[in-house]
Amino acid sequence: MSAHAPLPFWRRYIFSTDHKVIGLQYIFTAAAMAVVAVTLSVLIRFQMTWPGTQYPIMGTLLPNAYEGGVLKPESYLSLVTMHGTIMVFFVISIGLVSGMGNFIIPLQVGARDMAYPFLNMLSYWTIVPACLIMIGSFLVEGGAAAGGWTSYPPLSALPEALPGSGMGQTLWLLGMALFIVSFTMGSLNFLVTILNLRTKGMSMMRMPLTIWTFLISSILGILAFPPLTAAAIMLLLDRHGGTSFFLPSGLVVGGNVLAYEGGTPLLFQHLFWFLGHPEVYVLLLPALGIAFDVVATFGRRPVFGYRTTVWSLLIVAVLSMIVWGHHMFTSGMNPYVGEYFSVMTVMITLPFTVIGLNLIASLWRAELRLTTAMLFALGIISAVGTGGLGGLYLGTAASDIYFHDSVFVVGHFHFMIGVVTSFGIFAGLYYWFPKMFGRHMNETLGKAHFWMTTAPVFYAFIMMHYIGLAGALRRVYDPSVYEYIRPFLQMNVWITYALFIAVAAQMVFFVNLVYSAFRGQRASENPWEGATLEWTTASPAPHLNWDEPPTAYHGPYEYRTNAAATGYTPQHVPGESPSGGPPERGSGPPPDVPADPPSEPSMAGDPS
Amino acid sequence: MNSRKQTLEAVALVVLFGGIMILTFAGFAMRDWMPPAASRHAEGMDGMIRYLLWTTGAVFVIGHGVLIRFIWKFGRGGEAESPVTSARAERLWSIAPVVAMALISEVGVLVIGLPVWDEVYGEVPEDALIVDVAARQFEWIVRYPGPDGAFGRTDPAQINGQTNPTGLDASDASGADDIVERNVIRLPVDRPAYLRLRSHDVLHSFSVAAFRVKQDIIPGLIGSTQFVPIEVGTYEIGCAELCGLAHYRMRGTVIVMSQQEFDAWLREQSGGAA
Amino acid sequence: MSGLASPGAVPLESFSPSTGGRSLSSNGGPHGDVRPGPYPMGLMAILATVAMLFAAFTAALLVRRTGADWTPVELPVIVWINAVVIVASSVLVEFSKRALRDGDGAHAPVWLTMGSVFGVFFLVGQLVAWRALIAQGVLLPTSPHAAFFYMLSAVHGAHVLGGLGALTWTLNRAFKGAYTASSHAGLDHAAIYWHFVGTVWIYLLILLSVV
Repeated sequence: MSAHAPLPFWRRYIFSTDHKVIGLQYIFTAAAMAVVAVTLSVLIRFQMTWPGTQYPIMGTLLPNAYEGGVLKPESYLSLVTMHGTIMVFFVISIGLVSGMGNFIIPLQVGARDMAYPFLNMLSYWTIVPACLIMIGSFLVEGGAAAGGWTSYPPLSALPEALPGSGMGQTLWLLGMALFIVSFTMGSLNFLVTILNLRTKGMSMMRMPLTIWTFLISSILGILAFPPLTAAAIMLLLDRHGGTSFFLPSGLVVGGNVLAYEGGTPLLFQHLFWFLGHPEVYVLLLPALGIAFDVVATFGRRPVFGYRTTVWSLLIVAVLSMIVWGHHMFTSGMNPYVGEYFSVMTVMITLPFTVIGLNLIASLWRAELRLTTAMLFALGIISAVGTGGLGGLYLGTAASDIYFHDSVFVVGHFHFMIGVVTSFGIFAGLYYWFPKMFGRHMNETLGKAHFWMTTAPVFYAFIMMHYIGLAGALRRVYDPSVYEYIRPFLQMNVWITYALFIAVAAQMVFFVNLVYSAFRGQRASENPWEGATLEWTTASPAPHLNWDEPPTAYHGPYEYRTNAAATGYTPQHVPGESPSGGPPERGSGPPPDVPADPPSEPSMAGDPS
Repeated sequence: MNSRKQTLEAVALVVLFGGIMILTFAGFAMRDWMPPAASRHAEGMDGMIRYLLWTTGAVFVIGHGVLIRFIWKFGRGGEAESPVTSARAERLWSIAPVVAMALISEVGVLVIGLPVWDEVYGEVPEDALIVDVAARQFEWIVRYPGPDGAFGRTDPAQINGQTNPTGLDASDASGADDIVERNVIRLPVDRPAYLRLRSHDVLHSFSVAAFRVKQDIIPGLIGSTQFVPIEVGTYEIGCAELCGLAHYRMRGTVIVMSQQEFDAWLREQSGGAA
Repeated sequence: MSGLASPGAVPLESFSPSTGGRSLSSNGGPHGDVRPGPYPMGLMAILATVAMLFAAFTAALLVRRTGADWTPVELPVIVWINAVVIVASSVLVEFSKRALRDGDGAHAPVWLTMGSVFGVFFLVGQLVAWRALIAQGVLLPTSPHAAFFYMLSAVHGAHVLGGLGALTWTLNRAFKGAYTASSHAGLDHAAIYWHFVGTVWIYLLILLSVV
């Protein structure tokens, strides 16, 4: 499509500045890291379900971690730590946010590429060494970091206290530093692309909700990551520079009094969670945005409550920055401060109620087309409700005393940033695959993937809530140590079996991914009859997307909004806005001029 | 639309989400999950959790019920009706759920949760038994003040894992009669216990599920937790904050006994004096 | 010409040859776009993220100084001279902008060079301050106050280095005559960043010495 000569291979697919190629690079990197992280989780499940079992094969494969075929406790902690770190930062963050975001943002706002294509390439090539460092940290002496994905000092600062806090932790900090640099560059690019490169007529209130969620996610990323950078720098200095930012006096480890003085570990927790909590929304919101787009397209109706959703997203963003303390209710913080955090935290329920309600109500009078993407979007609706309601138990300070650091928490966040976000990636991939490769993913395999994934993961993570309710603590190498938990341990076996089915389902997914990219059914330009701008270019989308980007004339979800309640009006088709908004032509006033009332994507204009 | 296939899929989805609903709800009803409450504030906390189980359970069932209904009604093909809604209607529809959730969540925090929170973090009763609990990798060092009623000074430099695990300062006379135990806390029933929590090395968290007690222990700070055991028996202490490779083995016991037994034990420890 | 940036902004193509000389979006152009271009927007985001970084360090310092072992360290006099140097450097950069606006295209690069050189002086001055402290026996682990001084001046220095890179880049363009009286957004942006890091140092100095 583009007029100039094709670029050489290495410029097109390796050091590419094309947002779509970079997006796919991110997604495939995330997929590779997911294989690592899922493998870790399988090893974790084996240990916690059948603690102390001898696996001679593992003893041969990984003699350092499996002494005589039995997993060592410190290696178990490395597994847990690295599973969390890799999943949160190197699978979900780069797969869903960087990957999906890169691919879809310019296409949906009608831009030919990101605002800073070179920076975009740079941010991808910063994440690659970060991934290699994280994986490489398993090989160093003492093993990978083992202080939990939160890396709380003093444990993470003292190699004397934990083998993984030696070289492994240093590499962890280095990998995270690179990740933060990369992710900040990415967020910057998203923010500027969305605010500045929108095509003619694409006012803020005409942006698809996916774009809104990526916008908010990038703002949160820009504001929330620096405190983690600060914390990481200080932790590094405590570890190697002899300072004591986080380390108090009088520490005695292994019989030796350490020379630190005056620091406080709580400071690290505050800085960590100032990032950590918004990070949840950085990941969660784009999945919800994708769910909205998919539900609208395959429900053949406008999103219910576009405006209330946008406002709710903004409120979530603001609230997410001032509630980090709910991760620290039992840290001994001032009880009044604890109550403040509790009151603010459960307030997040309110905008999420609106978002959840709008997702469900978007099915009302829909004409459901149950494609694989749609199934995953429906799964998101259920998972975000299940996980979100579980959050109330943890956000309420009084009940969090019981649930803090229990398996309940593990079940809760696996729903929110495990199921919802990965379903977001799946829904997005099945939905936009034609735009990526010009082919459809195989629907039969796709549906097998959905059913084999959904039932087991819901079962497993709901069951984890129960075990947590029974009082089981997380990060425990051998849960049978505690007598009061023993009657519940049989459930771990069923959870493990269920999760193994879910893991097998991901193999189906990978087969489908590779098979369909080369052999899938050819896709037309707009196979799903979508109304948003990405469906106006060829499949697969060419370099620079359009010679002349289309103009947006109305909101993104004009499905069956005409009098006959049939068909749909793509965003780029001029004419009267079917849902009653004022027409906006190319020669009209530019978007975002205050005088220009944003059009209502699904406003009252009852046609009959 | 391939309506037969689609109907089948709609049925499957209804079964899936219905199953999730039933699994969640039946699960909680099926079994007594929490260990029996053995402290005075545990009842309030269980009340808080029960309140959340009922309210969020109701919201969960309503939400999934609507989801199932919509998938069933609109998922099998059928005549098309205009899906267009007015912005006003959309706003109005969100008011009731938001108000309901606001009531559920904030009533939970402020009306039901706050008194419990207050009981856990409120004033220390005057008759409370003060016990010093020092956590170190990977054990709990329990100390009673002894007959003089005063804790001896501690000094990190004098800690010796074998002979002086809590680091009692030899130069402080009030420490001479301190009673030091490992991994066992003995408490009299029905008397408030006030545990002074310290850590020698890394973060730990003092947790007794039956008492509904969990308190992180931050090295460098002296924390505390308080509760009133109301049931004679033996309870397990767990470490809830990752503290190193033997974190999982950092287990202790609380033995709750009658006041007479406790007094007798104290006398015995102090060499029959007092 | 490219219609996506605010007038005079660096054309995007200079970063991205692969766009084949086309603008990346179709907005603006004949219809008059009122949005700030991508460069001011990106600059604002960078300033926001850097500000958050130092806000986090500020919070850490305010918490940490309540520790029992907080003993203030006498900062060497040169840090105040450095503050004057960085302010002077900002003023020189402003002179350069003024020269451009007044149509004095020949002198603008000269002022800019002097501003950049003052920036280098600042960094050298910071190193001298470090050496002075080390000579006094004040090292990183000596006291938390010293640790904060070393850490904050190092982190700030890294940002100054970035600013110097931007100034050098604009300097290169200025010598090539890329800036005119009506079009010098690149210089403006570098200047805004430069003033920002200067202000941050004044702020840090107050934080480290007065608070």
